[in-house]
Amino acid sequence: MPETGNTGTTVGEAALPASRKSEAVPGLALGLMLLSAGPVVILVLLVAVLSFLSPYFLTGRNLSNILAQTAVISVVAMGQHLVILTRGIDLSVGSNLALASVVGALSFHAGAPAIVVIAVMVGCGAAVGAINGLFYVFGRLPHPFIITLATLSIAKGLALQLADGRAIPGMPDSIDALGRDAVWGLPGSIFVVAGVAAVLFVMAKTMVWGRWIYAVGGRPDAALRMGIPVSWVLVSVYVISGLCAGIGSVILAGRTDAGSPLFGNLLELDTIAAVIIGGASFLGGRGHLGHALIGAIMIGVIRNALNLLNVNVFFQLIVIGVVIVIAVESDVLRNYLEGRVRVMQAGRQS
Amino acid sequence: MSAAAANVDHAVTADNPVLAVRGATKRFGSVLALDDVSIEVRRGEIVGLLGDNGAGKSTLTKCISGVHQLDAGAIFLDGAPTQIRSPADARFAGIETVYQDLALFDNLTPGQNFFAGRELAGPQWLPRGLRFLQQRRMDAETRALLVNLKVTLPRLDAVVAMMSGGQRQAIAVARSTVFARKVVILDEPTAALGLRESRQVLNLVAALRDQGNAVILITHNMEHVVELADRAVVLRQGRRVGELVPTKDNKQELVSMIVGA
Repeated sequence: MPETGNTGTTVGEAALPASRKSEAVPGLALGLMLLSAGPVVILVLLVAVLSFLSPYFLTGRNLSNILAQTAVISVVAMGQHLVILTRGIDLSVGSNLALASVVGALSFHAGAPAIVVIAVMVGCGAAVGAINGLFYVFGRLPHPFIITLATLSIAKGLALQLADGRAIPGMPDSIDALGRDAVWGLPGSIFVVAGVAAVLFVMAKTMVWGRWIYAVGGRPDAALRMGIPVSWVLVSVYVISGLCAGIGSVILAGRTDAGSPLFGNLLELDTIAAVIIGGASFLGGRGHLGHALIGAIMIGVIRNALNLLNVNVFFQLIVIGVVIVIAVESDVLRNYLEGRVRVMQAGRQS
Repeated sequence: MSAAAANVDHAVTADNPVLAVRGATKRFGSVLALDDVSIEVRRGEIVGLLGDNGAGKSTLTKCISGVHQLDAGAIFLDGAPTQIRSPADARFAGIETVYQDLALFDNLTPGQNFFAGRELAGPQWLPRGLRFLQQRRMDAETRALLVNLKVTLPRLDAVVAMMSGGQRQAIAVARSTVFARKVVILDEPTAALGLRESRQVLNLVAALRDQGNAVILITHNMEHVVELADRAVVLRQGRRVGELVPTKDNKQELVSMIVGA
C-alpha cells in the first residue's frame, strides 16, 4: 500500500525485523488481489482449456447456447446475491419460479394479454419474496433458512395443485420470443439478463439502499445503532430475490412455451452455488453482482463442457460440488490473509 | 461540515447542562443495573464516568444512546425532557456514541463508515433509501475531517477490516465528530490500544470537547481521567456514589470510591 499517507505504516518499522515485515505485506497484498480476481481468472483458464479439448466449444453457436442456458440461473442468482449480501439465504426461488410460471400459464389460458401475463408472473414472484421477508423480519425468525424452506414447500405444493401436477403448454408469443434468437444470433433472454443486471447494478452501487445492504450484511447490530432501517432493507432484498425468480420464470416459460410446477428444481442450490463460486462471501457484506453473473456462467460453462466431452451427468454434480468447496475455501483464505495484514499493521504501529 | 452552525448552537446556552439524566433506574430481570442515578454534562466539558465492572456505566450510556430504555427516570436535552426510543432517535437528537465494540463496518471504507446511516444523497424529494449517493462530496468531507483531526490512515479506499486496532479506534471516534452536535459518549475508547495509539485517540476526545460537545468518557485509566476529565462521576453497583474534580493528588480517593473501600 505505497500510495498515500505513509506516516501511518512506516513509523516504528525500524524497531522490527525489517527484512521480513517489509516483504511480507506486499506478498499478502498480491495474494489478496489474486484471490479477489480468482473467479475471473479461473473462468478464463477454463475457457482456454476447453477450447483446446473441444473444437466446438468456442463457436458462436455454442457460446450463445451457454448464455441462453444460464440466463435463468443468472437472473435468479443476482437476487440471491443480494440476499446473501445481508447474511441471508433464499431457498424458495426454485418453487417460486415454478409457481409463477403456472400462474402465468393459467392467466394466459384465461385470456390475459401478454403484458398482463408477464406482470402476473413477476408480481407472483415478488409476492412470495415479500412473504419471505415480512415473516423473517416481523415474525422475528432467527434465520431466513426456515421461512424460505417453508415457502419452498408451500409454493411447490401450490404450483402442483394449481397445475394438477402437469406442465401447462402455451405462452403468449412475446414471451416465447425470449427463447428465440433476437439480435446478432443472441437469445432474447440475454437482453433481459443484461437489463436486470444494469438496473440492480445502478441500485446497489449508486443508491443509499445499496450502501445499506452492505452495511446490514457487514454488521447488522451496528447498522441498527447507526440508524439504518435494517428491517426494511432485509424485506427489500427478499422482495427483489422473489422478483428475480419471477423474471426467471418468464425467461424459462419463453424457452419452453409452457408453465410447469416442475420448473426450477434445485434452482436454489444452483443460484447459491453461483454466488459462492463467483467469489461473493457467504458470510455476508462482500461481493458484487459480477460475482453472481460470473458464477452462473461458470456453472453453465462447466455443464456445457462436460456435455461436449461426453462426461456423464452424475459427474457434473461432483465437479460443481468440488468447485463450491474451492470457492468457499478461498473465501476463508481471504479472510485469514486480511487478518494477517491487520496484525502486521498493528505491529508496525506500536 | 456543520461545525460553524453547531458552534452558534452551542453558544446560546453555555451554562445549562446540555444533557441531564435524573433518577435513572433500569432493571434486567431481578438485577437492578441502575438505581436512581443522576448525571449532568455541560457543553465543552468532559465528564469521566468511572466504576468497576458491572457498576452500571455501560447500562447508563446505553440508555442515553437509545440501545436500552429507562424503567424510571428521565433524560433532558437542553432542559427539555426527551424520549429516546432507539439509537436513531439519539443520533437525531445530537447524541453520538463510540461503542466499546466500535460498531464499525469491516466491509466498508473509512469514509463509508463515517456516513453509514447518514449518507449524503439526493435528490431530497425521493425516499431516503432511493436517493443517489453523493460519493465525491462524502470523499472530500472524509479527507477534510481526517486532516482536521490529524488522523493518518494507510489508504482511504481500503476496507476497515484491513486496518490496525488503533486506526479502527480512530475511525470510530472520528465518525462521532462528523455528526456530534450535543453529546458524545465514549465507552473505553483506549481499552485495547498501545501508548501511541491511545495518545491519538485522547487527542480526538479533546477535539470533540473543543468543538463544544458535552463528552462522557468511560475509562478504567486513571491517568486519562486526570488528564482530560473536568469532573469524575463514580458508579458502584448501579448507584452513584460520588463525584470529584480529578487531580494528580486525589487519584487514590477515586480508586477507593470505585472499589468501595
